[in-house]
Amino acid sequence: MQVTCKIRRYNPTVDEKPYFSVYRAEVEPTDRVLDVLNTIKWYEDGTLTYRRSCAHGVCGSDAMRINGRNRLACKVLVRDVGNRMTIEPMMGFKVLRDLVVDMEPFFEKYKAVKPYLINDEPAPVTERLQSPEDRAKYDDTTKCILCAACTTSCPPFWSNPDFVGPAALVNAHRFIFDSRDQRGADRAAIISDRDGVWRCRTVFNCTDACPRGIQVTNAMEEVKRKLLYDRA
Amino acid sequence: MSLARQAVEKRGTNFELWSWYYFRISGVLLLFLALGHVYVMHIATPIEEVNYAFVAARYATPFWRTYDALLLLLAMSHGVNGMRLILHDYIRARSWRVFAFSVLYSAALIFTVLGVLVILTFQPQPS
Repeated sequence: MQVTCKIRRYNPTVDEKPYFSVYRAEVEPTDRVLDVLNTIKWYEDGTLTYRRSCAHGVCGSDAMRINGRNRLACKVLVRDVGNRMTIEPMMGFKVLRDLVVDMEPFFEKYKAVKPYLINDEPAPVTERLQSPEDRAKYDDTTKCILCAACTTSCPPFWSNPDFVGPAALVNAHRFIFDSRDQRGADRAAIISDRDGVWRCRTVFNCTDACPRGIQVTNAMEEVKRKLLYDRA
Repeated sequence: MSLARQAVEKRGTNFELWSWYYFRISGVLLLFLALGHVYVMHIATPIEEVNYAFVAARYATPFWRTYDALLLLLAMSHGVNGMRLILHDYIRARSWRVFAFSVLYSAALIFTVLGVLVILTFQPQPS
């Protein structure tokens, strides 16, 4: 089938402002949007720039805005988006070129919530044990691949880039609800701050955008509730 | 030690937590108070009968004064808190922020003081 693909292009060294290029490509309905981009780049316009790495929905490099919704290009089939598609870079970050955005601010917020186990007790000879029930509390938020689809679909984040964002909060949730983690102080200071979890307005764009099916909004609500119930 | 307690020790305040919680509580209260207000003023009473005498009669009882004071204070604080968050989200330049917050808090103060003054000092006059 032939698809018409409108792509937002921008090369800051040459272009004054972003513009749209329209391409036509011959692809199979069962191809992925990433295959459409590859077809265009390999056979039509080598200057088209985008990130992709594993191409199987695991590494999270090729998150982009496809027909107005954040998706992984390698997880969306052409037959599901139809023969006309508009592809743009994720919103809210500086565009470095075409579909490539500057992810540094994203990873800075990720690092700020200390996304690793903090436990000052000496490590036991075997594993730090945990009951299946305790493990289940944060199972959903272990799935994050840091593609930034949630954070860049979030309207409060678009208007306020200081907002720590859903992705960092999902990863904070991962350790806040881990029974083996001991020190949430630095984490709590970030997430309960003015630009922390309270900026979430439960828009649910993040839940819609997550390619891993994480219930992102739910995770943030759990964090809010924990902060409230634990306040004493 | 609880998360919120640790946050307080780190930052000194849990203001945003309480602001968020207050939104929920005041929202629920306002829903009932505002619906009650609409019913009494616009449905149960024909519009021709809402005049000075009607208001004077209402304000002869402390119940309606308390009701209106509660409605005023909850609505003002709920609304101003919402505006505070919207301004924080959308106005990035420092000088514009100072300006916007000054306008917001001044307006809030003036309207609250005027409203409370009317509710407390209104003397029903025979008309």
